[in-house]
Amino acid sequence: MAALLLSPTAVVLALVIAYPLISAIHQSLYADQTGIDADGFVTEGETFVGLGNYLNLLTGDAGDRFLNAFANTTFFTLTTVSLETILGLILALAMNRAFRGRSFLRASILIPWAVPTAVSGLLWRWIFQSDGIANNLLGSEILWTAEGAASKIAVIVAEVWKTAPFIGLLVLAGMQVIPEEVYEAAKIDGAGWWRQLGSITLPLVKPTLLVAVLFRLLDALRMFDLPFVLIGPGKDSVETLSMLAWDESNQLRYGSASAFAVILFLYVAVVAVVFVKVLGADVTGTKELRLARKKTRSQKAGPAS
Amino acid sequence: MIQRSRTWQSILTTSASLAIAAVALTACGASTPQTKAASPAAAFEGKGPINYVSSRDASGAAQKSIDEWNASHPDEKVSVVELPDSADQQRQQLVQNAQIKADTFGVVNLDVVWTSEFAANKWIMPLPKDALPVGSMIDATVNAATYRDTLYAAPYYTDGALFYYRSDLLEAAGIAAPPKTWDEMKTACKAVLALPQAAGMSCYTGQFDKNEGLTVNFTEAVASAGGTLVDSEGKPTVDTAAAKQGLSALVDGFKDGLFPSDAITYQEEQGRRAFQEGKVLFLRNWPFVYASLSATDGSSSVANKFNVTSIPGISGPGVSTLGGRNLAISPFTQNKATALEFIKFFTSEDQAEKRLALSSRAPVYASLYTNPAVVAKRPFFPTLLVSLDNAQPRPKVVQYGATTKAIQEEAYAAISGKKDTNTALADMQAKLAALSSK
Amino acid sequence: MTITELRSLSQTQSNKAVLAPKKPRWGSYTVYAGLAAILIYCLAPFYWMIVSSLRRTADIFDNSLLPAPFSLENYVKVFDGSTMFGQALLNSLIVAGVTTAAALVLGIFAAYAISRLNFRFKSVILGVIIATSMFPGISVVVPLLKFFTNIGWINTYQAMIVPNLSFAIPLAVWNLTTFMKSLPFDLEEAAMIDGCTKWQAFRKVLLPLAAPGIFTTAILTFIHSWNEFIIALSMVNDPRIQTATVAISKFTGATEFQAPFGEQMAAGVIVTIPLVIMVLVFQRRIVEGLTSGAGK
Repeated sequence: MAALLLSPTAVVLALVIAYPLISAIHQSLYADQTGIDADGFVTEGETFVGLGNYLNLLTGDAGDRFLNAFANTTFFTLTTVSLETILGLILALAMNRAFRGRSFLRASILIPWAVPTAVSGLLWRWIFQSDGIANNLLGSEILWTAEGAASKIAVIVAEVWKTAPFIGLLVLAGMQVIPEEVYEAAKIDGAGWWRQLGSITLPLVKPTLLVAVLFRLLDALRMFDLPFVLIGPGKDSVETLSMLAWDESNQLRYGSASAFAVILFLYVAVVAVVFVKVLGADVTGTKELRLARKKTRSQKAGPAS
Repeated sequence: MIQRSRTWQSILTTSASLAIAAVALTACGASTPQTKAASPAAAFEGKGPINYVSSRDASGAAQKSIDEWNASHPDEKVSVVELPDSADQQRQQLVQNAQIKADTFGVVNLDVVWTSEFAANKWIMPLPKDALPVGSMIDATVNAATYRDTLYAAPYYTDGALFYYRSDLLEAAGIAAPPKTWDEMKTACKAVLALPQAAGMSCYTGQFDKNEGLTVNFTEAVASAGGTLVDSEGKPTVDTAAAKQGLSALVDGFKDGLFPSDAITYQEEQGRRAFQEGKVLFLRNWPFVYASLSATDGSSSVANKFNVTSIPGISGPGVSTLGGRNLAISPFTQNKATALEFIKFFTSEDQAEKRLALSSRAPVYASLYTNPAVVAKRPFFPTLLVSLDNAQPRPKVVQYGATTKAIQEEAYAAISGKKDTNTALADMQAKLAALSSK
Repeated sequence: MTITELRSLSQTQSNKAVLAPKKPRWGSYTVYAGLAAILIYCLAPFYWMIVSSLRRTADIFDNSLLPAPFSLENYVKVFDGSTMFGQALLNSLIVAGVTTAAALVLGIFAAYAISRLNFRFKSVILGVIIATSMFPGISVVVPLLKFFTNIGWINTYQAMIVPNLSFAIPLAVWNLTTFMKSLPFDLEEAAMIDGCTKWQAFRKVLLPLAAPGIFTTAILTFIHSWNEFIIALSMVNDPRIQTATVAISKFTGATEFQAPFGEQMAAGVIVTIPLVIMVLVFQRRIVEGLTSGAGK
């Protein structure tokens, strides 16, 4: 039964991912010949270099670039995902409150996520250009799109804007299934808003929140379009691992491009495993909710069952 | 439980066989010795419909030429496969399809700087010697379509640098002729910026953001000082005094406040606006800005107040680089005879002249620049022809992508003050040498 | 626990407006100020997008807060015949719609299996499923292009839909699994004691309760596929099949150095607003539809 329900998923995923992944691993063990023969043509064929591509990444000039991209990727992931989580939670709490114009708020929160990434990259590039609206409103003359710390901030602001709604919407869905009775019981016990937030809302949305954050982590680690469009390719301050892999394959060095992709894949996998192990032991079970429900039901509906 | 494990087995077998199939596919894709069709003797055979692969021509001029062709060649219709506006994305699509040898791409529209790379990888076919009227084309454009003495593409349109200056302000400061050298430009700036009506203006700007525009401006600065980036064999020559003089001119421009402080983020459009809004006195840019600058609908504050000349050099007129596009034929298309005929038709002088009615793109035929009817509509054409006649291409190297990236990296480090000029050039020389030795 | 009670429970949950308790009155101003700040952060950039889309090309660089003079020039250009933007919107709808539907169906099955059935290697399966969305998208393109060319999938919808599933399915499976796990099993048990079959219990109890989760997953996967670009660009070169994001990338400025910014912003507005309206409408419909099923 389980196998029957799971097999379609397995087939589709194998089709889309298995081939590219195996192809990338295979490719990463070969180096393209880059020599030019006497007639001026690129010599063809590839040589097996084993782990050579991987070793090349870690040494010399390429090594510096790799470390820089690695540091940028990690930095962007940490900053954007934590800001998004906080903002997403606030968004969800706000959307979950009763007030006039709640559906308007919901719609507006959805907008940033609905704007296509490429278009939002252009939009922010426009906002952040040297005489754009950002400098105009701030009364500053910051060169956001030049190399430097300002470009990092620009990327973070735009990325958080775009993706906080993702977390907000998922968490909101988690909040919507928390039974009102739980809050009522807490109110009877005299728990204030913060108490309820800390001891009911947060613990009960934790599984959903963790899944939302996990998916954001995976996406943020592979960040590509936004820095590419907003700041531009080849700018060291914002170059991520995905951009590096793109640049390598753009220069027809498929071997090392694949090596980057495989390393990035492993990095993402490690982060995901650590994340799930450290924070998400609960991904497979939600005792709190079950207990809470049991309690309220035994108070309210006990006789019926 | 037993049943469960059996279904499990079936899943495992399915996914295993999928994986094996994948390995097999990969192995085939990657390690088969690649035999490519194109060789200098390749025949142009096969007639029938083809695809023309290009980004959209907003003016509609290209479409008109294609419609004319289609009307007279009903069995060899040309359809347009549109590529994205971004040059990076265009190149990515072209390379991807060459990689998998897709026959969908017939005639491809290439940036002039991609010629060497595409030719050396046999992604485009060498053209027959007498296929095109190269004699009546501007030499630099033919040179840019040539790889190792073989013509690989048909020049479609071209682009060269123009030096825009505020004729009204020069006149007000009593300067009779526009500057021909950097030093003259600095002197002129000093005089003009002292005028009350020039308060708050900067002297000059080009394109200095870390992208292709910087490669162009750096190449021009070095060439204008009498240097080159690479010699005729592709070996780098940026450790010379000329290269240093060229780069120093740009570095000092930022240091001495000659350029606006945000010019380091300028691409072509930002430079145009700075000039159009009266923020700079001199501007290096392509011909496309001429139309916007001379607009009299109130959007330009410099209409009728500017003029163009050749870019300044160190000790005389400067040297422009060459922009523009070429058409080439993919060796993977079925109908190569049609492709060749279409290229001849499309890039003919007749069609180029017809396109001038709609398009502002600069033709590759020298005679059109002196045609009075054309010049009446485009007064800058004679100046542009001078610029194109002296133009030098950007480095003609196979690994152009890596080369331009190394140039931008080091030139940007120098103009942003991160590295001193000598270090930046030494590092650039080393990077380019490593690339050319491969 | 009876079905009637279940229904009232599920309805209170979905129709409930107040979930978080109300703050005391003195705090509400702070709360509203906070909400206003959030709104501004979410909407100001979008407002800028609308304003920019309504400027003429000549004054596209203005920083005035209202477009002056006001112009629909960019919107006209977006729908100009040669771009086939209307068709592109329809294609996006097809691709994103099918992706979402397929991901939801497969996701619900898989999530049900993982959260409700007993078998081994659950966490391994979850791990493998999510691992598929860890591979950098740009590295998938060339192998997939080779593969799809070999099997003749170039210029087909499935060449875009199937790769989209590699993000959509993991999200659907993980999110729905978490969701279903958080719903107590004993509700279904109670229903089955009342005479429902396993399928009915799933259909009439679990599904309605999971509605907010399903719906949210649907929105997120729909928008994600709606915005997908690089696969759609590489797998399709026929303008009749291309999606809206690809069509936008093909807009060209007056010359190759001038970005068609106004047009791109206009197109951005055009693809965003219907999406938001659609979500608002569907939200009510779908959630109501699912929960009312609980009472039958």
